Amino acid sequence: MFEALSDKLRKVLKDLRGQGRLTEAHIEAAMREIRIALLEADVNFKVVKSFVDRVKEKALGQEVLGSLSPDQQVVKVVHDELVEMLGGTSTQIIFTKRVPNVIMMVGLQGSGKTTTTGKLAKHLAETHKRRPLMVSVDVYRPAARQQLEIIGAAIHQSVLKLPELNDPVALVKQALRECQLVGYDTLLIDTAGRLHIDDELMNELQQIKDETQPNEIIFIADSMTGQDAVNSAQQFHQRIGLTGVILTKMDGDTRGGAALSIKEVTGQPIKFIGVGEKYDALEPFYPDRIAQRILGMGDVLSLIEKVQAEVDEEQALEMQRKLMKNQFTLEDFRDQLRQVRKLGSLDKLMDMLPSGLFGGFKMTAEQNQEMERKFKMTDAIINSMTSVERSNHDILNASRRKRIAKGSGTSVQQVNQMINEYTEMRKMMRMMTSGGLGSMMGGLGNMGSLAGGLAGGLGGGGFRRKATKRKKKKKKR
Amino acid sequence: MPLFWKRKKQDDIITLGLHREATEAEKKIAERRDEGPEGDFLEKFQDAVAATRETIADKLDAVFAGKREIDADVLDKLEEALIGADIGVQTSLDIIEKARKQVQRQQLNDIDELKRLIKDELRAILDNADRHRQSGTVASETEVALDIKPYVLMIVGVNGVGKTTTIGKLAHRIKSEGNQVMICAADTFRAAANDQLAIWAERSGVPLIQQKPGTDPSAVLFDAISAAKARSADVLIVDTAGRLHTKLNLMQELEKMRRIAGREIQQAPHEVLLIIDAVTGQNGLEQAKQFSKAMPVTGLVLTKLDGTAKGGIVIAIAKELGIPIRYVGVGEQMNDLIEFSSEAYINGLFR
Repeated sequence: MFEALSDKLRKVLKDLRGQGRLTEAHIEAAMREIRIALLEADVNFKVVKSFVDRVKEKALGQEVLGSLSPDQQVVKVVHDELVEMLGGTSTQIIFTKRVPNVIMMVGLQGSGKTTTTGKLAKHLAETHKRRPLMVSVDVYRPAARQQLEIIGAAIHQSVLKLPELNDPVALVKQALRECQLVGYDTLLIDTAGRLHIDDELMNELQQIKDETQPNEIIFIADSMTGQDAVNSAQQFHQRIGLTGVILTKMDGDTRGGAALSIKEVTGQPIKFIGVGEKYDALEPFYPDRIAQRILGMGDVLSLIEKVQAEVDEEQALEMQRKLMKNQFTLEDFRDQLRQVRKLGSLDKLMDMLPSGLFGGFKMTAEQNQEMERKFKMTDAIINSMTSVERSNHDILNASRRKRIAKGSGTSVQQVNQMINEYTEMRKMMRMMTSGGLGSMMGGLGNMGSLAGGLAGGLGGGGFRRKATKRKKKKKKR
Repeated sequence: MPLFWKRKKQDDIITLGLHREATEAEKKIAERRDEGPEGDFLEKFQDAVAATRETIADKLDAVFAGKREIDADVLDKLEEALIGADIGVQTSLDIIEKARKQVQRQQLNDIDELKRLIKDELRAILDNADRHRQSGTVASETEVALDIKPYVLMIVGVNGVGKTTTIGKLAHRIKSEGNQVMICAADTFRAAANDQLAIWAERSGVPLIQQKPGTDPSAVLFDAISAAKARSADVLIVDTAGRLHTKLNLMQELEKMRRIAGREIQQAPHEVLLIIDAVTGQNGLEQAKQFSKAMPVTGLVLTKLDGTAKGGIVIAIAKELGIPIRYVGVGEQMNDLIEFSSEAYINGLFR
C-alpha cells in the first residue's frame, strides 16, 4: 500500500539530495511534485492544498539543523505532517461498562461492511475477550443477512437471526433484548449500505442510533475511493456523528489517499485497516508506521509485532542453540520455513522492511508466487523423508533421494537442489555464529530469532540466489 | 441510437428465442428503448450525473463572476474541478495545458468557449474509445455470428463494485428484449453470493446455474455452458467473485475461466464487462489494466452513479486503454441500468 506515493516522494527528495543548501526554488519544485503525487494518490484536492501549504511553511521557516542534511529535513517535515494528518496516535475500540456495548457499522454500498463486521467480531472476541452478538439490519440488499449468518458460522460467533422481521429498528430492539437475555456484552450492528444523499435511509440510521445509543459508530470506507471520499465521510459524520473509521481493501495497490482525506474532514481516528479476504485480515492502523512506509522507511515495528505474535519464543531460542552447535537439522529447517510462512506472504513482509535493505529490490507478484511454490515444495520434500533422514542428511544416498522425489512429487534434481541449499545455509550459519555475530543476536533476544528465521527462510527458499542472479544479469548488460 | 442485442431484435423483437408472446411490461420496455436517449432514460441519467448539484460549470461560474477574461485563477479552478471529478491528474493536466495554450494564442476568449473546449475534449476521449469498439478491434454483440449460442457475457471487477446487482439488471434487460437468458453463479467464494444472485434471477425469471460454495468457478462455468447449450439459451451471463487485481492467483483463475469458455464455445467470452464503482479513484485505471491482462475487457459498466461521485476515472480508462463505457447503474431497481451516452454524461457533469 502507498508504494507508489512513497516512490514518488523519494524521487522528489532524492533530487534535493546533494544540494548544499535548500533554496526556496528547491522547495517549490519539491512541493509541486508532492502535490501531484498526493492528487494521484486520491487525496482530495482541498486537503492536498492545505497539506502542501503547511509543509512549505514549515520547511521554509526552519533553520538548518547541524545533524540533518537539508533533504533529510524536508523528509522529516513531510513525515511529521503526514503523521499528524493521519491521526497522531493509534486508537482502539473504546468500551464502556454498559451492557451491551453497541458498535454500529455504516458506509456506502460495497465498502465491505458485512465482511468487516465479521472481522471485528472475531478480533474483539479473540483479543479483547468480548462476547459479541452480530445483527444485520440490511433488509434491502438480497441475501445480505444470509451473508452475515454464513460469516458468523465461519468465525464461530453468534448472529441474531430473525428472517421474518423486516424493520431495522425492531431488529435492533430485539438484538438488545437478546444481549441482556443471553449475556452478550457487545452488539455489532451491520447496517445497509446507503448513499449519503439518501435522506430516508440516513434517517433510518438516526433512528437506529437513537434506539441503541451506540458507543462507537464506525464508518467503513473503501480505500480505493477517489475524490468523493470527502463528500460521503462528511455527510455521514454530520448526519449521525462518526467515532472512527475502518479502511477496507488495503491489500490492493491503491495509494489510499482517501485515508488522508477522510481523517481530515471527519477528525475521527482510523482504527483498523482491512488487508485481505480472510476473517483475520484486520490490522490496527498506525499513522506513524504508514507515514514511514510512505517515505520508504519501512515498517519494522509492525513486522516485529507480527513475529512476536506468531513465533514461539522458546522454540526460537532452542533453534539458536542448535544453530550455534551446528545441530540444525532438516526438521528444524522445515520448522523455520513454516514459521516464516506463518507471518504472511513474502512480498508483504518485504514491504515492511526498509527499501534499502534489499538494494531497492522489489518482488513482483510472480516472483512472490514462485517463492511460495518453492516453500511448498521444500516442505513436501522434507515431509517425504523419514525421521532418521531428517536428523542426518548425510545418509541421503541416490536411492533414498529417488524415493523422496517420488513421494513428494518432485524430481531428483529438485531434491538435490534443496539439500544443497540446506547445507549451504548451514555453512553460512556456522560462519555467522562462530564469528561472534551469534552472541550479538542472542543478546537481542527476539530480534535475533527474527533475523535467524528470516535468513534461514529466505536463504533456503532460494531468495538470495535469485537476488544475486539478478545482479549478475545487470552486469552483463 | 444503436439497439442492444441487435441480432435478436431485427424483425421479431420479442418472441424470438422464447416462442411466446411478449408481456405488456416487456413491450413497454422495448418501446421505450426504441425511443432512444430522448426518453426518460436520458433524464434519469443526467439527473444521476448531476446529483451533487455542484457541477463543474457551477464551480466555473463562481470563479468567473465579474471577470471578463480567462486568467490563471480560472484555469486553476478548472483543474481542481476536473481532478475533483476523478478524471485523473494526467488527463486533467493535459486538458488544462491545451486550454492554456489556446488562451495564450487568444483563440479562447470567454468562459463559454472554454466550457465548450473542455466538453469537446472529454467527449472526444469517450467517443474515440467507442469508435475503437465499433471499428472491430474490440468484440461486440453485433459482430457475433448468429449461430454462436450461447453468447457468453462475463462480469468482472474488484470487491463491492456491484457485479451481482448489475447482473440482475442486465439479465432482466436482455431477457425483456426477447432472449433466453441464463446466469452462471461462478462467485463461489463470497458468503451468500449465490443467494443474492438467486434472488435477482428469480426477480427477472431467469434460470441460474450454481454449485456449492467453494467449487472451482471454472467447473461451474463449464456446467453452465453445457446447460446453456442443452437448453439452447441465447445469452449466458457469468458472475465472478470480486477480486483485487493485485491477487495473481485470482487473476489466473479468471484466465482459466476464459480458457474454458473459449474451449467450449467459439470466441467466448464474447463480451467481458468490467464493473467500476463511481466512487473509485485513480486505482480504477490500474484495475482496468490488470483485468485486461487476464481477460479481453470489452466494456465498462459504471455503477452507483446516483451518488455524488462522478466516476470520472472512466474517462481516464477510455483515454489510456480505449475501453468504452457501455452501461451506467443509477439505482437499486431492475430498470436502473442505462445505456451510456457520452453526451448525456458530459452534459450531466457540466449542467
